[in-house]
Parts: sequence; C-alpha cells; structure tokens
Amino acid sequence: MGNVISKEKVMHVAELARLHITDEEAEKLTDELKSIIEHAQLLNELDTSDVEPTTHVLKLTNVMRKDEPKEWITQEEAVKNAPDQKDGQFRVPSILSE
Amino acid sequence: MSLFDHSIKELEEKLHNKEISVQDLVKTSLDRINEVEDKIQAFITIDEENAMKQAKELDENPEEKALFGLPIGIKDNIVTKGLRTTCASLMLDNFNDPLYDANVVEKLKDQKSVTIGKLNMDEFAMGSGTEFSYYKSTKNPWNTDYVPGGSSGGSAAAVAAGEVLFALGSDTGGSIRQPAAFCGVVGMKPTYGRVSRFGLVAFASSLDQVGPITRTVEDNARVLEVIAGHDERDSTSANLEVPAYTETLTNDVKGLKIAVPKEYFGEGVTEEVKEAVKSALKVYESLGATWEEVSLPHSKYALSAYYLLASAEASASLARYDGVRYGYRSETGKNMIDMYKYSRSEGFGEEVKRRIMLGTFVLSSGYYDAYYKKAQKVRTLIKNDFEKIFEEFDVVMGPTTPTTAFKIGEEVDDPMTMYANDILTIPVNLAGVPGLSLPCGFSKEGLPIGLQVIGKHFDEATVYRVAHAFEQATDFHKQRPNIGGAAK
Repeated sequence: MGNVISKEKVMHVAELARLHITDEEAEKLTDELKSIIEHAQLLNELDTSDVEPTTHVLKLTNVMRKDEPKEWITQEEAVKNAPDQKDGQFRVPSILSE
Repeated sequence: MSLFDHSIKELEEKLHNKEISVQDLVKTSLDRINEVEDKIQAFITIDEENAMKQAKELDENPEEKALFGLPIGIKDNIVTKGLRTTCASLMLDNFNDPLYDANVVEKLKDQKSVTIGKLNMDEFAMGSGTEFSYYKSTKNPWNTDYVPGGSSGGSAAAVAAGEVLFALGSDTGGSIRQPAAFCGVVGMKPTYGRVSRFGLVAFASSLDQVGPITRTVEDNARVLEVIAGHDERDSTSANLEVPAYTETLTNDVKGLKIAVPKEYFGEGVTEEVKEAVKSALKVYESLGATWEEVSLPHSKYALSAYYLLASAEASASLARYDGVRYGYRSETGKNMIDMYKYSRSEGFGEEVKRRIMLGTFVLSSGYYDAYYKKAQKVRTLIKNDFEKIFEEFDVVMGPTTPTTAFKIGEEVDDPMTMYANDILTIPVNLAGVPGLSLPCGFSKEGLPIGLQVIGKHFDEATVYRVAHAFEQATDFHKQRPNIGGAAK
C-alpha cells in the first residue's frame, strides 16, 4: 500500500478525533504522519497471513462479577470537578447548531 | 550522608528501634527538595503540609509494617484522592480533587507511606525526555543540561537526586526503565497484569504497567511486594500469588543461562553502552552464570508495531477528555461539537495530538486491517520470539537504551528519531514480560548507563535475583550525582 496520507485525509481524521486544527497544523501533521506511516511500511516485509493477532498478551477470559449495587460516589462528588455545573448536573453548550 | 543512603530495610529497622522518626525522614525529603528542586524540577505538586502532619501522627502511633512512614513520590498520572493529578497536561490542570485513589496508592496508604508529592512526566506519558510536560522540563541530576529520560522523568530524577526515597512510575514502551537508566537508578516494569492499573490514567491499556523506581534492587523488590496483586477493578489484573521478592535475593546465579540478543547491539547503540553491557556479562561469568548470543528476529519491527498499537489505544483512551465532566473546557465554540473540538485542541499538547491523529487514522475505516491488525499480528511474532528464547534461557539481557541521556532540546524535532530511544524497551511491553533496568556503568561525560534484565511472564523473582547479584558485585549503585549546593 502506497502512502495514503494527504492534507484532506488529515483534515478528515481531525474531524473524527474531534480536534480543531489550523491549516498550518494540518500541513505539519501531514508531513509527520507521512513519515511515521512510511516507517510502518516495514511491517509489510513480513508474511503474517497465518498469524493470529494479539490484543492482550495474557490468556484472559471474560471476568464476571455479581451485579450488586455498591457505594461509589455521590451526585455532588460526580460534578465537583466539572468545568461548568448547575443543580448537580453538568452544564454544556447547546447541542443543536444555531 | 543522607538518610536515603540507607536501604528501605535498614530504615524500617531504624524506625522500629526508634533511632529515627518518620518526621526525620519526611524532613530529609523536604530539606532536600528545598536544596535542589530549583535545579531538578521533578515535582508538579508538593504536599508539604499534609506530609508533615501525617509524619507527626505516624510518630505518635508507630506500626511495624513494610514501607511504614517512608517518604515517596508518585508520577502524576496515578490518581490520588484529594490531591491534584494533572498528567502534566493543561487538560487536567484544574483536576484538583480526584475522587479516589489508584489501587497502588491505596496499598501504599495502607502501609502508611507518606506521599511527598506528584512527579513531572511527559504529557499523558507520551515522550522520552519529560520535555513534553505542559509545566516544565525536568533536568537530569547527573548533568542538568541533559534530560532525565521519560516519560517517568520526574520519578527517576527525584529518586536519583535524593528528594524522595522511592517513586512510582508507569511504563508503556519504556517509561520506567529508560529514565531509570538515564538517571542511574533501578526501575522495574512488572509483567503485564502483575500490578493493578485501577487509577492509572490510561494511555495504551494493553501495554501500561505501574512499577517502582528505587536506588537499589532490594528496595525495588520491597516496593513491588506491596503494590503487586490481584484487584477486581482491573479486569486484566492477574489472580496470582505475589512471591516475597526480597526473600529470593540469594546472590546465587550459578548455572544461570543468559540470552543476549544480537539485535540489541545493532545500529544506533553506542560503543560505550555496548562496552558497559559486555563488562556486565563478564561479571555474571565470574559469578558462575553463562551467556550466549541469540536472535530475537522480529525486534526491528517492534518500533513501528508499537507506535501503531499504542497510538490507536491512546486515541480511544483519550476520547474521554471532552470538557464536560472534568478537565479543561475552551470558551470558544458555541455548540457542543465545537466545544469538544476547541477544548481538546487547546487542552492537549502537540505530541499528544500527533498520537491521537495517528491512532485515529490507523483505526479508521479502510486502514484498520492494513495498519492496526497488521501491527497486532507482528505483536504475536515478537511475543513468540521471547517465548522461544525462554524455553532455553532464564533471562534475556541487553542495554536498556541505545545511548546515554541526550541534551535538553536536542531530539524533539523529528518524531521517528525521538521514538527510536525506546527501541530496546518496547519489545518487552509488546510481549508483556517483566523488565528491569539497573546501573552498569558511566559514559565518559559521566552519564549513567543501564543494563536491562528481562524475565519470563510473572517471573519477577528471577529478574530481581539476577539484578541483585550484579549489584552486590559492583559499585555503580553507590555513586551519587553532584548536583551542586550541599549535594554529596
């Protein structure tokens, strides 16, 4: 696979990542990501068609626990580090565009 | 001589025999911070008032417990209840009142260790020089023109400078071992799953581990005994007995079989580093161990595989910072989506955004198989390399880093050159095995060199025994940096 990083691609990825980037930043990121992805082409030397992917190194199975209510945090505690809060709720800007 | 020149075991005895008090120990820490912190810049938060208050209380109610009353530092990505936890990021600059303690912090509090403060790091643990902190660049105590390594640079520097007795760090691709090597101290990344990650702010959850940074191997073993163990709040935490590591330090390495991968002495590894590690192998020979050159053939693919995987996981881990529940919120942007975007763009630093971008790209539709899944398959090959070697050998050994510490500002321009610092530590995280760095020499400029000892899954006991035998046969761990002022 050739190098697929373009400035348009970078702008699209920034949208997906919920990052606001300037034109200048997009150009710099395009070059940097190009260089990193170019380096990653090295992996294509390896034939991995018969190799299973590793997501975790340990042989883990799903961990289950009883579904029992426990003391955790209060509503007051939950909002106390929030940048904006009112009446025990998180306050946010309008969800619909003006 | 500082009280911190004693081992943890000696200090525990002195406290028990009332030769010293907890207040003496905490004062040793705070006095030293007063003396050298201007030069070292290891701390983000110093909790002087609470530390002194707690010391007084502990002196009134002494208990005989491991690590009781000992002054410690904690990397600032490990959550501490009621004590500001920033990850060295503007994003969490106002995170002043965390609601809970990380499991490792709970355990240290149970033992009544005294938290002196929170230590500087690369933002969200992404970096190799502690230069990517939002706050400041920590300096290497051996020469303040040089970086202390990263991302746990504050932890390693604070221990090397004698500001705390020991510290906790975290290691995703080398972030405990590389700064330990650069600062001439001992750093352990335990087996993945050995220590609970509950309360460690996530960077790459399949790779992250918490571990101790100490002056000696014995001290390190003592700390891991306390912080290791099963925790049901981390679903990847291993439900296994934790051995008494300090009791396995027998000094006996007769018949030990050491594997030395030729790939760890390749391009980019300096002659000084190679020589120091070869001398260390001679020490092991003299102690009755044998070593043999082996191959870990997929080592050269580790760096790329790591950056794809770690960045992918980071892009998911860091999606939670949205300016709603805690953390930074931008005033720019009139609707919700714009608020997210501006908060994240202003709150995260450049390196963090670079990795979020890379990670989002490799996980995006159409590229997932080519990059992310490919990297996961290469991870399997790297893990198999280690498993094959460990069928025949007890430990793997090599340098921790290709070079000694680099100068502040020297490497930050080109991401790939910077990332190559971690080339010898990354494979260990990908395979999930334990790895420890301990001092094994100095460069001609007087900067420390680290020897890396890698063990089988959950065999930290052998790693400690092997590292301890070398330490007892050499004097490198007794050297102290001359920071100026009243430093030794």
